Amino acid sequence: MAVATDPLLSVKDIVVDFKTRYGIARVLDHVTLDVNSGEILGIVGESGCGKSMTALSIMGLVPDPPGKVTSGSIKIGGMELVGMQLDSLRQIRGKDIGMIFQEPMTSLNPVFTVGEQIAESVRLHENASPKAAMDRAVEMLKAVDIPEAERRARAYPHQLSGGMRQRVMIAMALACRPKVLIADEPTTALDATVQAQIFDLLQDLQEETGTAIILITHDMGAIAELADAVAVMYAGRVVEKGTVDAVLSAPQHPYTKGLITCVPHLEPDPPVERHELMEIPGVVPALTELGKGCAFAPRCGEATEKCSVEEPQLLATGDKHLTACWVAQQERAQ
Amino acid sequence: MAETAATEDRTGQEPLELKITHPLSEMATMFFANHAAVAGLVLLIFIILFTFLGPYIHTTDPFEMVWAPFSPPGEEGFLFGTDYLGRDILAAMMVGGQVSMAIGLAAAVISVVIGVTVGAFAGYYGGVIEEALMRFTEFFQVLPTLLFSMVIVALFGATLLTVTMAIGVVSWTAVARVTRSEFLRIRELEYVAAARSGSARDGYLIFRVILPNALPPIIVQANLMVGSAILFEAALSFLGLSDPNTMSWGQVIGSNRPYILDAGFAVAIPGFAIFFTVLAISLIGDGLNDALNPKLRQR
Amino acid sequence: MTDATPSTKSRASGALTVEDLKVHFGGSRTLFAKGAALVHAVDGVSFSVPAGKTFGVVGESGSGKTTTALAIMRLVPITHGRVILGDTAISDLEKEELRAARRRFQIIFQDPYSSLDPRKRAGAVVREPLDLMQIGKPAERDGMVAELFGQVGLRPEQRALFPHQFSGGQRQRIGLARALSTRPDLIVCDEPVSALDVAIQAQILNLMAKLQRELGLTYLFISHDLGVVQHICDQIAVMYLGQIVEQADRISLFTNPRHPYTKALLAAVPTVHGNKRDRRSRMRLKGDPPSPINLPPGCRFASRCPMAEARCREASPPLEDRGGGHRVSCFLV
Ligand SMILES: Nc1ncnc2c1ncn2[C@@H]1O[C@H](COP(=O)(O)OP(=O)(O)OP(=O)(O)O)[C@@H](O)[C@H]1O
Ligand SMILES: Nc1ncnc2c1ncn2[C@@H]1O[C@H](COP(=O)(O)OP(=O)(O)OP(=O)(O)O)[C@@H](O)[C@H]1O
Ligand code: SF4
Ligand code: SF4
Ligand SMILES: [Mg+2]
Ligand SMILES: [Mg+2]
Repeated sequence: MAVATDPLLSVKDIVVDFKTRYGIARVLDHVTLDVNSGEILGIVGESGCGKSMTALSIMGLVPDPPGKVTSGSIKIGGMELVGMQLDSLRQIRGKDIGMIFQEPMTSLNPVFTVGEQIAESVRLHENASPKAAMDRAVEMLKAVDIPEAERRARAYPHQLSGGMRQRVMIAMALACRPKVLIADEPTTALDATVQAQIFDLLQDLQEETGTAIILITHDMGAIAELADAVAVMYAGRVVEKGTVDAVLSAPQHPYTKGLITCVPHLEPDPPVERHELMEIPGVVPALTELGKGCAFAPRCGEATEKCSVEEPQLLATGDKHLTACWVAQQERAQ
Repeated sequence: MAETAATEDRTGQEPLELKITHPLSEMATMFFANHAAVAGLVLLIFIILFTFLGPYIHTTDPFEMVWAPFSPPGEEGFLFGTDYLGRDILAAMMVGGQVSMAIGLAAAVISVVIGVTVGAFAGYYGGVIEEALMRFTEFFQVLPTLLFSMVIVALFGATLLTVTMAIGVVSWTAVARVTRSEFLRIRELEYVAAARSGSARDGYLIFRVILPNALPPIIVQANLMVGSAILFEAALSFLGLSDPNTMSWGQVIGSNRPYILDAGFAVAIPGFAIFFTVLAISLIGDGLNDALNPKLRQR
Repeated sequence: MTDATPSTKSRASGALTVEDLKVHFGGSRTLFAKGAALVHAVDGVSFSVPAGKTFGVVGESGSGKTTTALAIMRLVPITHGRVILGDTAISDLEKEELRAARRRFQIIFQDPYSSLDPRKRAGAVVREPLDLMQIGKPAERDGMVAELFGQVGLRPEQRALFPHQFSGGQRQRIGLARALSTRPDLIVCDEPVSALDVAIQAQILNLMAKLQRELGLTYLFISHDLGVVQHICDQIAVMYLGQIVEQADRISLFTNPRHPYTKALLAAVPTVHGNKRDRRSRMRLKGDPPSPINLPPGCRFASRCPMAEARCREASPPLEDRGGGHRVSCFLV
């Protein structure tokens, strides 16, 4: 697995700490990710494991205070973002990296038309005339398959359906042709049929323009059908990552295995006999109370003595496949 | 912020060691841990002692002329000076405070009772009942309040009781609006539907399920109401429409207002008294609000 | 899970029948304002669930799933039709009779945050229906609540905590305990696991299956997660714009979906078995569903249906049994 070129976006050993009532919470703990151009990277994990925070730290939007990027580096096309001046960072946001937020209704301004909002984000980054910016807005709305784009550009967010609002968000994020698009659970509020349309749109985009996409989700199915590579997060750490084929067909971290087996998957040909679902016992630990060992140890069925004493590092356990688990690493060694 | 709180909750591991304490003692602990609320409580106790015990120590009659008019505070042994008739302001502050506070609290209670009842029924039942009640509320809202209370006082005579009633009757509309909008919101929440399918009757839903959750903004309104009732009484006294036989802080302000340039202190002293009373009550209200909220109580 | 028949006693009283249920919102004038447009939220839904079985309802957002559930629970006014539980027509009950009958049907909600009163302790939440319906002697109720806590996998001493001190999954367990407290025959579950993390979902689904086995409960299970529905339901109805468009047992529905909407829905769900390449070949629906306010004549799916013909826009296809209890409403099937 020779690294031919530098990745487009490279996140290295990012640590984000939050001050809370109960002490310091390490919300991201040495998160390392690479995204190549034209690639879709999926990030999965339970609620609160730091998926959105990873996205926010790339955007330079970690709320400070109470949060703080304590160490690490984030590079896009070789340019370091950590510690960059706010002004330059603003230029990068939207122009180099676009983001679609979790909740489309709250991230659109209800008092402007969607066309105005897209045009505004164009004008923030390029000195286009109002007319040209509006034309671009309509063009973007067409690009995300909104019917009657000229008319819809004059609509207010509440006049559009959830699926259309999410398309508007995508159009806005894409208006300045960013190299990287971060989509934070872009379809959680949408119906399955509309979700499929949005996923198609993301896939077209990646194939046609070579945009790199980070897709945050908790749906392993979406990862399987959309992503090229996947990172599984738990309690602020990446516990397993690799190509989708490798991770999904042969998961090695007990948490990943659990995530895959505890979900009842839709079968085209369901068996008559129904079995009990696998469970991951317990709940995600509070980030302020992590011990020194593996964060998953209290819930892990394969835990050994070493697990609660020493934290496993993310090491290769296969071809293009890394796992942070003592047991998996041992198996690999043998 | 709300989003954060939710995530924080969700990831919070299950509490293991639980100390089970009586809710009242828990609330008391929470209240007394709130320094601002305790300061408010101390301040209010001080004001109450001053007004209710003061007159037994400082026995001067507040209506009696005891010295030359407009004697500044501190001179000739008059701690707060004298007013335009040469009456002792300290005595007026003590005796008047009793009336002002009584009117403030009583009027607030009246307006909260009317406002909560109207707002709760309007918000809970909706439909025709809501429309009728809200038209009724709007009717009271558009009446010029001062004029209306003057009419009441003129009709029923200027006694302490009628003045209090008049203030209460003209100022409940804000409480009614707040209560209604909270009820409209909470009514739709699922725990209300759950209680309903647990076969709760309307009265139970209104008073035991929705009202406790609607309290915070109502408490804030009630706090404001105490202050505005005290000021309202001052305005009525200024117009000569309060009970002339009782002294109140409002009376002191009202009667000395024409001379504010010559003797500002005579207006400022009762003004400060009103300010501190309102401050004390709202600090206590805040503290109570937090203490009543289990979410804040058990962190 | 496989065999959901009650292990202890037979519970015919848990059989649920819904006949031509309609719930329309708005439309009527009030004293001062003009009425809002009429919304056909549920428009002629019929099905029946044998006691001790799980009946699933899936469908687009806004297709009337929640409204159906609330109508069965008598929490929204029923415009037309009947709901029969066991031998009681619960749609005909009023006032005190209804209050008394509520013991037999309970509901659990989607949002574990808004479905518990934040100002009541967990124990009081579960005890509330016991007090309101005077079940058991007051002195015994605390013990009953403790037992219910154990039944749903919570520790009895957690009764003294407030809802915000529990995680989402634990709150859903409290909701279950509250629903179970009256020993109901039917529990209506409106997306009970949708708001939970995948790892917690499995815990709750297993618990629900276990309780069904032990207590012979009948479930009406609403969800938009087809994987979950396939796992837990015996019969499934697919709703579109207030009507059932297809209904069958779980094997038949998933192996042989027949209505174009059902097919599109099944094709839209990404699964771990799928991959990037074959997603492209699947059927896609265009557009959004029309609003339930101005319903077009004819088949309600016609505006998005890839197979629609002229006659589809003229008359509504009836929901007919196509053999083996597999009901479909489409002209082309
Ligand atoms: N302002 C804050 N103060 C303290 N902790 C915070 C704050 N914001 C976020 N966190 C913590 O950071 C962690 C990561 O949160 P993040 O939003 O990244 O989770 P997520 O994986 O996106 O979850 P979800 O699936 O719910 O969106 C959580 O444990 C959360 O409690
Ligand atoms: N109280 C109400 N007044 C007016 N319209 C309503 C009311 N409640 C629901 N509706 C409408 O009825 C229709 C069906 O709503 P319902 O909540 O039953 O859908 P659902 O299938 O549960 O959708 P979801 O999957 O989003 O929960 C929707 O169009 C909705 O807007
Ligand atoms: S390191 Fe140990 S505790 Fe952690 S996941 Fe691996 S086996 Fe389980
Ligand atoms: S009746 Fe016609 S429009 Fe309706 S689903 Fe069948 S083919 Fe499509
Ligand atoms: Mg998130
Ligand atoms: Mg619903």
